[in-house]
Amino acid sequence: MQASPLTSALLFRVGPVGITRPVVTTWFIMIALTVGSWWITRNLKMRPDARQAALEILVEGIAGQIRDVIRQDPRPFLPLLGTLFIFAVAANLSGVLPGVEAPTSRIETPAALALIVFLAVHYFGVRARGLKGYLASFAEPKLVMLPLNVLSEITRTFSLMVRLFGNVMSGEFVIALVVALAGLFLPIPLMALEILVGLVQAYIFTVLATVFIGAAVAKSPADRGGLA
Amino acid sequence: MNPKLISIVCAAIAVSIGSVGPALAEGRSVAAAMDAIARQPEAAGTISRTLFVGLAMIETMAIYCLVVALLLLYANPYAA
Repeated sequence: MQASPLTSALLFRVGPVGITRPVVTTWFIMIALTVGSWWITRNLKMRPDARQAALEILVEGIAGQIRDVIRQDPRPFLPLLGTLFIFAVAANLSGVLPGVEAPTSRIETPAALALIVFLAVHYFGVRARGLKGYLASFAEPKLVMLPLNVLSEITRTFSLMVRLFGNVMSGEFVIALVVALAGLFLPIPLMALEILVGLVQAYIFTVLATVFIGAAVAKSPADRGGLA
Repeated sequence: MNPKLISIVCAAIAVSIGSVGPALAEGRSVAAAMDAIARQPEAAGTISRTLFVGLAMIETMAIYCLVVALLLLYANPYAA
C-alpha cells in the first residue's frame, strides 16, 4: 500500500525549502521540453521538412482551438495556453514511464498550474479592458451578483486544480492497487486507459483555461456567457 | 465504534453514492450530444468540445467525493 496521496516525501533540502519527488520530475520535464523546443525550432524554413511540419500541425491545431473558443486572434494567448497544454500532456504521460510518478498526481503541481491560470485570467482581463472596465465586469449583470462572481473566481480555480489532481492521482492509485493484487500483465489495459485520461485531462485543463480567459477578455456581455 | 472504522465506511459511502449522480448526468449529456451530432454532423467539432468541457464539469462532482474520501482516509484529524 502506498503512502497518502495528499502528501509527498521530501527527497532533499535546499536551504529552508524542501524538494519533493514531483518537483524533481517537473525539472526533468522542463529540461526535456526546453531542449526539445530548441531542437525542433532551429533552422525553420519556408519549405518545411517532416519535423517542422509536425510542429506546425501542433501549433496550428492549438491556435485553431483557441480561436474557436475565444473568437479573437489567438496569438496573444498562444504562448501561455500552448505551453500549459504541452506541459500538462508531458506531466500526465510521464507517469507511464517505469519508475516515474506523474507530477500532476500530487496536489502541488495542479495547484501551481491552476494558480497560473487564475493570475493569467486577471492579467489578460485587465489588459483587454482596462482596470476599471475589468473590475466593473464583476458587477454584471447586476450589482447583486458581485459576491457570486468573486466566489466563482475562487471555486473554479479550485475545481481546476482538484479535477486534474483527482483524475491523474486516481488512475495511478488504481494501477498501484492492481499491481499489488494481480501482478504483471493485468494493469496494461488500465495503463492504456491512463494514457487516454492523461491526454483528455490535459485537453480539458487547457480548454477550461481558454474559456476563463475568453470570458475575461470578451468584448460584449453576450460573448461572456456560455461555458464559464 | 472507533473513529477509524467509521471514517473508512463513510469514505466508501461518499464515493459510491457520490458517483451515482455524475454517472447519470454524464450519460444524459453524452446521449444529448450524440443526438445533436446525428442531427447536425457538421457541428460535431463544436459539440464535442462543449461536451468534453461539460463532462469535465460534471466529473468534478465525483472527484470532489473522491477527495473527501481521501481526506477521511489519510488526513482525518479525528482518527489520527
